[in-house]
Amino acid sequence: MEQIYWPSVFFLIFGGLACAFSLAVLLSTNIVRMAFYLVLALAATAGLFFLAGQEFVGAMQLLIYVGGTLVLLIFGVMLTSQERFVNMKTPAGDWVLGMIAGGALLSLLTAAAFSVPEWRSPERAAVEKLQAEPNATPIGMGLLGARVDKIDAPTSEQAGRSGYLFPFEIVSVHLLVVLIGAAYLARAKRRANPLPTG
Amino acid sequence: MTISLLANLLTEPPGPAHYMTVGAVMFVCGAMCMATKRNALGVLMGIELVLNGANLNFIAFGSKYLNNGGPDLGLDAPLIALFVIVLAAAEAAVALAIALNFYNNHDSIDVDRADQLQG
Repeated sequence: MEQIYWPSVFFLIFGGLACAFSLAVLLSTNIVRMAFYLVLALAATAGLFFLAGQEFVGAMQLLIYVGGTLVLLIFGVMLTSQERFVNMKTPAGDWVLGMIAGGALLSLLTAAAFSVPEWRSPERAAVEKLQAEPNATPIGMGLLGARVDKIDAPTSEQAGRSGYLFPFEIVSVHLLVVLIGAAYLARAKRRANPLPTG
Repeated sequence: MTISLLANLLTEPPGPAHYMTVGAVMFVCGAMCMATKRNALGVLMGIELVLNGANLNFIAFGSKYLNNGGPDLGLDAPLIALFVIVLAAAEAAVALAIALNFYNNHDSIDVDRADQLQG
């Protein structure tokens, strides 16, 4: 009996939770329960990110998604939750069509994932020899335009590389524009036909 | 074949294929949410699931713990994943504003009633 590899056990736990709560989001008809299951599914995904050694992305997933985006969604649910919208039934025909298309897509994607030998499990001995490295600093340097992981690459490969400085700027401006646009769209409007006064 | 690969997962480290399987389940659940939910906010939650399933693949291909010493995406993977997270937050804000506007104008959140642009 070989020794149990504990990261795999945690992978099974987090992966199973992520799959189960994604299915729960899909199958639930109550919008409030859907939002709650989505929180749990995204938190389990953050656990998978930690397990893959990307602590920074996992932390950002918890902060931005679970802490920000989902609060926004839950506010949306609360603002629009009239009784007749909390439970909305999908017609059975839509379910059948969706299940056929979804099952086909899922079997295709799973078969594709396991069909490439390079994507199978790595050697246990090789993985156990790896040293953990902090990864927030390389990510921060990459966003500022310096790729510390490519520092030994020949200069011919480094020409024209500026890391992710430009996409970072674009996404910053995009976020600003989007927030202004969202505030503009959701502002309180003057009524089209005001009530007669006096 | 898939069964045997899952069976010895207790003694072997997970590979990108296992992460991709979880990502595929999340992606398909999200896509079906987008297709079958009638509540506009349910559709929005489906989009979040789809983006997370895609992010999981990026992380799996960028992790040195999952790839067998071969070429991986390296630092590109977490950076792209971060951009996806930020864009998902932006998209959620705009989509929610549109949903609230629709609710204010039509007194409904049913996507089947959003047919004003119908030709």
